[in-house]
Amino acid sequence: MKVAVLIKQVPDTTAKVGISNGSMDEAAISKWSISPYDEYALESALALQSGSGATVVAITLGPERASKALVDAAAVGADELLHIVHDGAIGSLSLQKALSKAVTRVGAEIVLAGKQAADTNSGSTGPGVAKALNYACVGLVSGIEGGADGFIATRSTPSGTERVFVKSPCVFAFDKGDSELRRPNVRGIMMAKKKPIEKISLGDLGVDQADGDVAVTSVEYPPEKPPGQTFQGADSASEVAIKLREEANVI
Amino acid sequence: MSVTIIAEQQEEGIHTTLPQLVSAASVVGGPCTVIIPGGGGEAAASQIEGVDKVLKFNGSCFAIFDSQSWSTALKGSIEGTVLLASTPQGRELGASLAADIGISIIQDVTSVAEGVKVERPVFSGKAIEKVAVSGAAVVTIRPNSLEPAGMGGSAPVSTIDSGEDLRLAVKEAIAKASEKIDVSDADIIISGGRGLGDISNFEKLEEVAGTLGAAVGASRAVVDEWGLPHSMQVGQTGKTVTPSLYIAVGISGAIQHLAGMRSSNYIVAINKDPEAPIFNVADYGIVASWEDALPVLHDSIKALP
Repeated sequence: MKVAVLIKQVPDTTAKVGISNGSMDEAAISKWSISPYDEYALESALALQSGSGATVVAITLGPERASKALVDAAAVGADELLHIVHDGAIGSLSLQKALSKAVTRVGAEIVLAGKQAADTNSGSTGPGVAKALNYACVGLVSGIEGGADGFIATRSTPSGTERVFVKSPCVFAFDKGDSELRRPNVRGIMMAKKKPIEKISLGDLGVDQADGDVAVTSVEYPPEKPPGQTFQGADSASEVAIKLREEANVI
Repeated sequence: MSVTIIAEQQEEGIHTTLPQLVSAASVVGGPCTVIIPGGGGEAAASQIEGVDKVLKFNGSCFAIFDSQSWSTALKGSIEGTVLLASTPQGRELGASLAADIGISIIQDVTSVAEGVKVERPVFSGKAIEKVAVSGAAVVTIRPNSLEPAGMGGSAPVSTIDSGEDLRLAVKEAIAKASEKIDVSDADIIISGGRGLGDISNFEKLEEVAGTLGAAVGASRAVVDEWGLPHSMQVGQTGKTVTPSLYIAVGISGAIQHLAGMRSSNYIVAINKDPEAPIFNVADYGIVASWEDALPVLHDSIKALP
């Protein structure tokens, strides 16, 4: 069984964001990391690897620097690495098309992804890739168990959680998972550096980037919130209670 | 251009976000159709001002949420711009529909202007992306970002039967442990962090929450370290919330936490460290130990006329 994990390299959530002339200044970002939810997807893929001998293929799309995310995935145990090298923006449809073609290329019947990336915060990739592949899709997954003819996924719902059965092929979009993330050891890190990364282009996958109709016009800092009021000492809480009623009108 | 809204269910009725989506539709312009995939609430939907048509879908595939099957069932009835709430289900279904129809998607929009121009927070709220939409696209809108449309409409309701099959089967549904209000639905949230010192102190937050009809949330640190349910977690790897009032108790305000709550209408922070970053986003900051300040706040709220 082959399991594909879709990984996005994003600015570390603790990193400062630089904006100049209405667009992101990539050079200002001090640290890049695997998007947090993708780490839970990777962790579940590695559990399938140790549980049922699945081969885990980590796939990313991004500029050259994104190879680092694949090396990090290899350091914790990913078997094969595929990098779709692309610099600059890409529309959601082209992205999904490229990733789905990559999944087909590596021959994976199970696809694991984070429910959304920490930078764009969209959450379109998992369900979109499932559509492009005509795979079933389960979102908001916190864990999966393999069975004889399919999987049982635990997902959260507005009223609680559900355990749902799904036949492969399918896509799982991961929320924060139940299991603790494994950390790389020294041997893993050394081995990962030697692991080959297959690099291909959008053209190799036959993706022409023809999606239009939406254009990012600018990226800006959020408007400064007017400074709030500060109160000293516990007794001031009574004043705040009154302000919540009379000024803010929220209680 | 026409607008199609896909409504979401909330306890057998229509989700509170629907009137907000209708108000976004009026900005986009053109006739507005509301699709109700299974469940109920078509009568309520037809009474929202600005709705021209309600399509109620029936079929076995709507028994549980299955974005892929729902998308296949609904796509033939969709015209123009598609609007959904930026809830977990809305995002997943929206993404499936966009891929199915072959149009772009813009998720988690907090502002919609004529043109059509939308804005969305990116990079955990550290930046705002402005996007121009020229053709048909799927747009999901963050709950409570827009004023709701009024009532007083009387749109015709028609039903469509779908023969689409489910691709998922529910083996077991586990309801939430208690009657507690979920942070995703709450109008007021009181959250605790590591500053509370011990998990047992969440009882104090529960008491205030009881008085206010609020939900209780938590920072990632205490969810991870004290074993609180992930459903309570507000922030980067938890929930993004936009209540009218957010009370942060003993939360320092890591960027990951701020990402999940900074667009709340009003924020109260109680923290003994005057340098805590939570005070940068607080409308009302109380520099005091929570043990002293929370009882005063609670008593004062109870004493309000």
